[in-house]
Amino acid sequence: MSTSIKSVGRREFLKTSSGVALFIGVSGMLPFAISCNNKEGIKAQLKMHPLTAWVRLSEDGQITIYNPAAEMGQGSMTSLPVVFAEEMDADWSKVRVEFSPQEPEIYGSEGWRPGSKIMLSAGSRVTKSNYPVMRKAGAQARYVLLHTAAKHWNVSIDELRTEIGFVINNKMDQKISYGELVPFLDVPTTLPDIQEDQLKNPKDFRLIGKDIPRYEIPAKINGTAKFTMDIRLPDMLYGVLERGNLHAARPNLQNEKEILAMSGVQKIVPFDYAIGLIATSLEVALAAKKALKIDWSSAAATGYDSQGIYAEYEKVASEDKKGEALHEIGDVKQAFGNAAKTYTADFKNDYVYHAQMEPLNSIVKVAEDGKSAEVWVGSQQGGDTKLGVPDALGIPAKDVNVHLQYLGGGFGRRSMTDFVVECAILAKEMAPSPVKLMWTREDDMTYGAFRPLSFQRLTASTDTKGKITALSHLVVAENGNLATSGIRNDYYDIGSQFAEWRKTSHGIRLKHWRAVGHGPNKFAIEALLDEIALDQKIDPVDLRRKLMSKSPRALATLEKAAEISEWNVPNTEGKAKGLAFLERSGTLSTGVCEISVDRSTGKINVHRFWSAIDAGVIVQPDNVKAQMEGGIIMGMSSVLKEQITVLDGKIQQSNFDTYQLLRMEDIPDSIETFMIESTESPQGVGESGTPLVACAIANAFLRLTGKRLRHLPFTPERVLEVLNT
Amino acid sequence: MKNYVLHINGKRHEFHVTEGTSLLWVLREHLELTGTKYGCGIAQCGACTIHVDGKPMRACILTIDNFSEEQQITTIEGLSENGDHPVQKAWIAAQAPQCGYCQSGQIMQAVAFLEQNPSPTRDEIKTEMNGILCRCGTYMRIVKAVELASNAKSENT
Repeated sequence: MSTSIKSVGRREFLKTSSGVALFIGVSGMLPFAISCNNKEGIKAQLKMHPLTAWVRLSEDGQITIYNPAAEMGQGSMTSLPVVFAEEMDADWSKVRVEFSPQEPEIYGSEGWRPGSKIMLSAGSRVTKSNYPVMRKAGAQARYVLLHTAAKHWNVSIDELRTEIGFVINNKMDQKISYGELVPFLDVPTTLPDIQEDQLKNPKDFRLIGKDIPRYEIPAKINGTAKFTMDIRLPDMLYGVLERGNLHAARPNLQNEKEILAMSGVQKIVPFDYAIGLIATSLEVALAAKKALKIDWSSAAATGYDSQGIYAEYEKVASEDKKGEALHEIGDVKQAFGNAAKTYTADFKNDYVYHAQMEPLNSIVKVAEDGKSAEVWVGSQQGGDTKLGVPDALGIPAKDVNVHLQYLGGGFGRRSMTDFVVECAILAKEMAPSPVKLMWTREDDMTYGAFRPLSFQRLTASTDTKGKITALSHLVVAENGNLATSGIRNDYYDIGSQFAEWRKTSHGIRLKHWRAVGHGPNKFAIEALLDEIALDQKIDPVDLRRKLMSKSPRALATLEKAAEISEWNVPNTEGKAKGLAFLERSGTLSTGVCEISVDRSTGKINVHRFWSAIDAGVIVQPDNVKAQMEGGIIMGMSSVLKEQITVLDGKIQQSNFDTYQLLRMEDIPDSIETFMIESTESPQGVGESGTPLVACAIANAFLRLTGKRLRHLPFTPERVLEVLNT
Repeated sequence: MKNYVLHINGKRHEFHVTEGTSLLWVLREHLELTGTKYGCGIAQCGACTIHVDGKPMRACILTIDNFSEEQQITTIEGLSENGDHPVQKAWIAAQAPQCGYCQSGQIMQAVAFLEQNPSPTRDEIKTEMNGILCRCGTYMRIVKAVELASNAKSENT
């Protein structure tokens, strides 16, 4: 399917108009910088690219809309087509959704560099980045239909309007369905460059802001939704890799002959850091993997102890030698010198693992001549939409065709391409047979790529009136790009701010993990604010109210969260509420939780969770709630249970018996989300809930017990330790 | 390798696999019943939950040699013809799934448990569903879906 779409040019679209299906090309592919009035510019673009196909119309009225984003449970399969259908004025009941081809030049949204385009489903950017693209494309599809009807009836386009799947001529009392227009479809030589003010007025939205059931849910309740794990191609072989539990250790295989003698084992493929195996069936591949006898070399991580390391981190934090300055406003040093009082606290954060429920896997088929390849994978896409396969195989990107599948969870892990590249290397050996590479859960966990372990030292100063004048935030961690997200406080009026990263190195694989640094950094910031509030005898809401005096949108989330959580109503005996505010991916959120603590076991129970968020225009309210619920549950899981530890460089956990996730017995009684009405463009929601949890729980714990939780996760043992000091 | 016969979703299946193969791989790799998922292989996540004579079990730790021809195995594919089992309908109404990977296991667990206890309390739901992990954190909606299914059942009887 995908190859045919991308190779079909505008001429071909028109030629097929006598047939059943027809593609409408719209200017979603045109860089925003080029005006559609600039005919020469458009022509030059059209020479470079085939016309974009965002939608396919059939005479029977069926509309297929292409989704350029990955679907990992965040709802892109519905939210993006809804935006398109809204502007097209399509009848949603006739809409089908398919993944678009993985071609960023055509289907990408604005990338990091001006004028660049990427397809990437990470950082909660899907709705935010594709909203303007999908609106404009949908509006242009509608224009093509209006134009066609005008020609067909020989009237001016100005006399026509659309209404849920029909073009209507009020004067003549004529009405024609979109499907009926297909045989006459006429794509104008130039499409108007539809401006923002020509798009639908949000008050006329029929789909955006309404609860449209998610498109792919019916397939997810009867077992028919296909994940890559479920795909079997003819003549497919199975690959596995044994990677050990010391990252980057080099293998020395001791029993190659024995393994090759196993019935069904096809080949051994050595990697720098693993032994690869290819077999005729999954069972044989797994049995052979188990039978491997490997001596492992030492590696950079050898000798590293992740629990003992914090003493060293404290030393690094105390050194005079500065790290990399990340953010600076005002003069922190001077503010500290003039302070009436200063507050300092250290916060620690252990590694956490993604634990997406579908272990990593992919399928690659390399052509017999080795010059092209096909890939089946559930991926969060990436800066490299071909997922590293061209480099692995030494072939041009245009000759790699990626068939995107549903993701059994992403959370940042599936924005890495290691599991696709490995598969390509195996498949190259077996071309043209396709190879499915499967990571077992043990592989997925022990060779995971974790949210970094980190240490935060925060210092704040107040003046004689208790106003916070300065905040310095020092992060010691292995990967600054990951560990320092969330260090800025753009919505708090604190005159002097300084943030710094000091680098360490342990050789542990690391990656984004749902809001990544925001978890530990917001925990540290918000916990320190509440410690100051307690010391200054100010209510935590009042303290933030002052800090937010210049940020009305942030303040609105605070006031609403305080209202719905009944912040001012005294807590029942043994319970307390805690508060946190943060921004992530453009969304502002204030969260409140209510907890109790079992003082004999150290177990924290979260009873209720409220949040008020400002995420701009809400495309799908129920889905936003679902994302907040899921994000908060995942946050609770990581904050109360999850911990990867490393001893002598070796990852100590290997499956869900040793790595605990939150289970149903520990869910709150309720999670309530209030969405503040807004006309601003949509922002990212998927990662907003997760980082609220650590700070909200720690702050509730402080109000309940007067004690401070400063080391994530808050396991019962750690809670007991804190309670007993 | 050995021949085996199993009754799955009301049909007799004959196949040839190595002794000791897990029921999970038989379902997924040999019978193409891929709605039952692999998540951990050690009965910790419950993504592979199926019914054996109506009881919820984890297919990943059951070996093929443990079964007799008389036993009736049901997978998510055999739950209903058109995805319209009351529990499946409740799952849609609650918009429960996110990534969806664990949901076959969740639904199979819920169906078996509601057969035994058609009107569970919320605490009973949490206890009975505790064995099935969901990383997307859809637990709140799973509880809601089980309650909806339970209510629908009591209204129909």
